Amino acid sequence: MSEEAEILFGVYCPPHPQPLLSPEANEGYSNLRDAYETCRQRIEDSDADIILVYSTTWPSIVGHQIQAHPEPTWVHVDDDFHYLGSMPYTFRMDVDYANGYQEACEKRGLHARTVAYDGFPIDTGSVVALQLLNPDNRLPSCIVSSNMYSNRAETIVLGKAARDALAAQGKKAVVVVVSSLSNRMFTEHIDPADDRIHSAKDDEWNRKILEFFADGRLEDLSQLSREIHGQIRVQKVVAYKPAWWMAAAMGQHNNYTGEVLAYEALHGSGGAVIALTPAEGSVGDKEFDEDDVEFYHGDRDVLTKGML
Amino acid sequence: MAKGEIVLGCLAPHPPHVVYAENPEQNEAFAEGGWETLRWGYRRLARKLKSIDYDAMVIFTPHWQTYIGTHFLGLPRFQSKSVDPIFPNLFRYNYDITVDVELAEAMHDAACEAGIITKMMQNQDFRVDYGTITSCHMLNPDWDKPLVTISSNRNTHYYSAEVMNEQAGALGEACAKAIEDSGKRVVLISSHSLSHRHFVTESPLPEDMSREHIYNHSQYVWDMKLVDLMREGKMREVIGIMPEFTEQTMAETEGGGLTWMMAAMGHPDYPAEIYGYQSVIGTGNLIAAWDPDSASREIVL
Repeated sequence: MSEEAEILFGVYCPPHPQPLLSPEANEGYSNLRDAYETCRQRIEDSDADIILVYSTTWPSIVGHQIQAHPEPTWVHVDDDFHYLGSMPYTFRMDVDYANGYQEACEKRGLHARTVAYDGFPIDTGSVVALQLLNPDNRLPSCIVSSNMYSNRAETIVLGKAARDALAAQGKKAVVVVVSSLSNRMFTEHIDPADDRIHSAKDDEWNRKILEFFADGRLEDLSQLSREIHGQIRVQKVVAYKPAWWMAAAMGQHNNYTGEVLAYEALHGSGGAVIALTPAEGSVGDKEFDEDDVEFYHGDRDVLTKGML
Repeated sequence: MAKGEIVLGCLAPHPPHVVYAENPEQNEAFAEGGWETLRWGYRRLARKLKSIDYDAMVIFTPHWQTYIGTHFLGLPRFQSKSVDPIFPNLFRYNYDITVDVELAEAMHDAACEAGIITKMMQNQDFRVDYGTITSCHMLNPDWDKPLVTISSNRNTHYYSAEVMNEQAGALGEACAKAIEDSGKRVVLISSHSLSHRHFVTESPLPEDMSREHIYNHSQYVWDMKLVDLMREGKMREVIGIMPEFTEQTMAETEGGGLTWMMAAMGHPDYPAEIYGYQSVIGTGNLIAAWDPDSASREIVL
């Protein structure tokens, strides 16, 4: 068994169903589909043992949920884009890894549980990513939820627990993070041919984030998460967490070869397919003083302290 | 044709725990009970509904979340299994739902005419949300009335609670017009909790009532403020403070359900019937009803 987790590469991709269901409706959707295909081929060519997915469209409340049904099967329909069609799926999950991940979470102080129920609603983002990246289920996968209340410390520990479990089982992984960049969609129905990023501000921020990704500066993006959340994220949850989890799971540094394979609008939101491959040599000149959390201690009971 | 009318408005929270605790045959999970204050309140309100003559239930649910306008279920029947994504250990419910498509289309058209972005949902594979199922099961476990389910547009997150209040109010007025034109007698359901901060851990036995309490006292005080106003028949004031209440308590009113229902009912100035209040995994849940008929309106609690 390896003492260090082996992450072959990471993929950052959007959750929207258009690249899966209607790639022909807009050249941008088609470009995203092609980028997924590039990643699919790389995964197939790799000797990965597992695809590990963190999806921002699978919210949890009771701690962190990890999909552990060996073969989840359903026909999924998106809440907004139901008119684009249904998404039938059967996936192959790595149950041993799911159990190992849950145990690793508990060891680091997180509340986590596996879910293995027939008909459990796997989210749109995970369905799209796994359908496009692993259509034949050649590799088993694992999906972990994004707790709606968790913030930086908890999310970083969640990412580290994923590494722990990979190292303990000696598995080589491709890490997939499903998330938009800017996530503000148009609030009216549009002709897909007219799709564009919702605002110039969102577009500028997206492009700045993509510069960081292209330079392989994953840890720098992790450090910028709060700023990104304030600038271009609709405030649905407490924080923009994908970069925290991705950096913690892949390795908290800037030593990656980054490739922006596509960046397009998805009903106004920013959708990018990005590949990050561990490399030698670092980019950037920053160090950070925020604590690198190893163990999650839970609530600090602020509400019950200091009362008269 | 006689004018249609709203014969009752119900605030019907949907924590799946209450269905779980009832052990209906449709749900796979088994419970030893729990949350009786809510369940017994629901039973009393369900009995009242049995005494009312109505054609359909119209439910506004925050668990069908749409960002692009307001959507309406638009096919006559949905049969499937609903598994709660948050509490799959508690709720795996096999449902068979009939939809009043004619009324849904009328509401869709009225909302569209009022300038609201709308969409009919006509994909047969669509899974009906567990908020709809929980509230409707508790209010009408016989499932012998057709439904109209209305999605919750995410205005609070995209804009603000003030914008939500305006838009949900406009939707309520449009739905009231459609009901009036339909000639049907309709029960409205606003499916949500009040304060909505959850605990992020669950006890080994979810129905262990020794572990159940409100998340913090502030949430409780806010919830009681609303209950007092409801008892006093001050629903316009409730809707007026809705943005602040929503922000202060992370309330599930953020979806717009109560605002929608009160606007459709013309902001009642008569007392609400209070059927029960209890916390579920830290959230504040109130069952209440607004009966426009003073002859059948009662003081319940």
